[in-house]
Amino acid sequence: MSTSYPTTWRRPPQIIKDRTWRIGLQIAILVYLVLAVGTLEVNWQRVAVGLERGQRFIMGFLQPDFTSRWNDIYRGLIESLTMTLTSTVIGVILSIPVGIGAARNLAPAPVYYFCRAIIAVSRSLQEVIIAIFLVAMFGFGPFAGFLTLSFATIGFIAKLLADDIEEIDEAQAEAVRSTGASWLQLVNYAIQPQVMPRLIGLSLYRLDINFRESAVIGIVGAGGIGATLNTAIDRYEYDSAGAILLIIIGIVMIAEYGSSYLRKFLQ
Amino acid sequence: MSEITHYKEVWSHRTPRTRLFMWLGWLALVALFVWCWQLMTENTIWAFVWDAPRQASDIGSRMWPPRLSYLPELMQPLWDTINIATLGTIGGVIMAVPVAFMAARNTTPSATILRPIALFIIVASRSINALIWALLLVAIIGPGLLAGIIAIALRSIGFVGKLLYEAIEETDARQVEAIAATGASEAQILNYGIVPQVMPAFWGISVFRWDINIRESTILGLVGAGGIGLKLQASLNVLAWPQVTVILLLILATVVFSEWVSAKVRHAII
Repeated sequence: MSTSYPTTWRRPPQIIKDRTWRIGLQIAILVYLVLAVGTLEVNWQRVAVGLERGQRFIMGFLQPDFTSRWNDIYRGLIESLTMTLTSTVIGVILSIPVGIGAARNLAPAPVYYFCRAIIAVSRSLQEVIIAIFLVAMFGFGPFAGFLTLSFATIGFIAKLLADDIEEIDEAQAEAVRSTGASWLQLVNYAIQPQVMPRLIGLSLYRLDINFRESAVIGIVGAGGIGATLNTAIDRYEYDSAGAILLIIIGIVMIAEYGSSYLRKFLQ
Repeated sequence: MSEITHYKEVWSHRTPRTRLFMWLGWLALVALFVWCWQLMTENTIWAFVWDAPRQASDIGSRMWPPRLSYLPELMQPLWDTINIATLGTIGGVIMAVPVAFMAARNTTPSATILRPIALFIIVASRSINALIWALLLVAIIGPGLLAGIIAIALRSIGFVGKLLYEAIEETDARQVEAIAATGASEAQILNYGIVPQVMPAFWGISVFRWDINIRESTILGLVGAGGIGLKLQASLNVLAWPQVTVILLLILATVVFSEWVSAKVRHAII
């Protein structure tokens, strides 16, 4: 008497265990895809014409032209880099009080909600949209970009700083408090040493993000390398555009490796 | 016992030497900041800056009340925006998976040639924002949804690829070894040893990127790549501020909604 064992094995489903749910979800995804692709209007003729241009762009990327527009590229780069540094410094300085205010264990409830509201507003608005408004208010140029990036930095740093402060070792704060320290002394001697390494790491990370963003907000008039790039593409000067993109990629790579090295060194 | 007196009576955290270096470091930062500030504001027209509060109140008064009757007209662009984000995410994920397997140390077919190429693809895609990709693609293949979808897809490769290859590198080697011990081929090892381990991370990363892509696709229209940003650009160009308010509120609602969906899904998976 031999009982028949199955000779093949099928992998059991991992995420959605219920069969009807799984099939239902698959059908729903399929229906959505058909609908989405159905409403997609693509002008294939235009695409075919564009492919030749795409080829030229790839050629431009492979043979970048750094020299003929070097003055514009240089000015854009200087604007972007200065904007990045100043906005990160100001943004971090402003986000420290906001971050302390948004930490539950340090701030009273009204201050807490007010600071969390600032963070929510700053985080949910796109940099580009903020830039449009600030350019309308402050005029074209890197100053509007500086304000945009500072504002965006506040949301980013303050949120992470506040979360960090909420997660500190309470025993140390308790020890400092029991010596009769004032609130300022508590922040200075119990909180600051615990969050400082993280804060420096986050600031370096934000520096990197701000540079990347500074390349974007130039498209809406807020100065920087983005404006130069926009002009180069509008003039179909793909070799200059390729050069600018390569410079951006290079600086981002340097910033990324540099900041990860610095963070390791500081911690 | 008088020797105790030569200890300092005031406690300080660091030695004078490190304090001096730290002080110099901060001084250098301040100097750099001032220098950058000078360079940056060289061409700033301060009259415009001082005028800003008046401009702000002017724009504010024009923006209110929002023109809610504009809302039905926005439904089609909103659908387009969601499609850009979703189809772009799908395309990006499909392209990112092979890149991630090439970039992960334990699965790469050749560590000397393919791995650096894969890492360069990831860095290049990550350092260029979707808006810049869109700007390029609109110039190349013309304005429209397709440019937006490809822009989102290209930007997603780097993000998904980086997180996925880190997840692949963190897989448990013993499970892979167990599969290999049964005499499985390379493809079978990937399929039964590594894929099941990275599956939850994969879905989590994809949904997270989808959420970010919804955010980014709302502004792609500013450079002509379709979606709700196109309406924003049109309204800004004719200075129709009440319409701008409606669009911004709709964008905000969409972003909050997508964030909620992605948080729910990620919570369910992980």
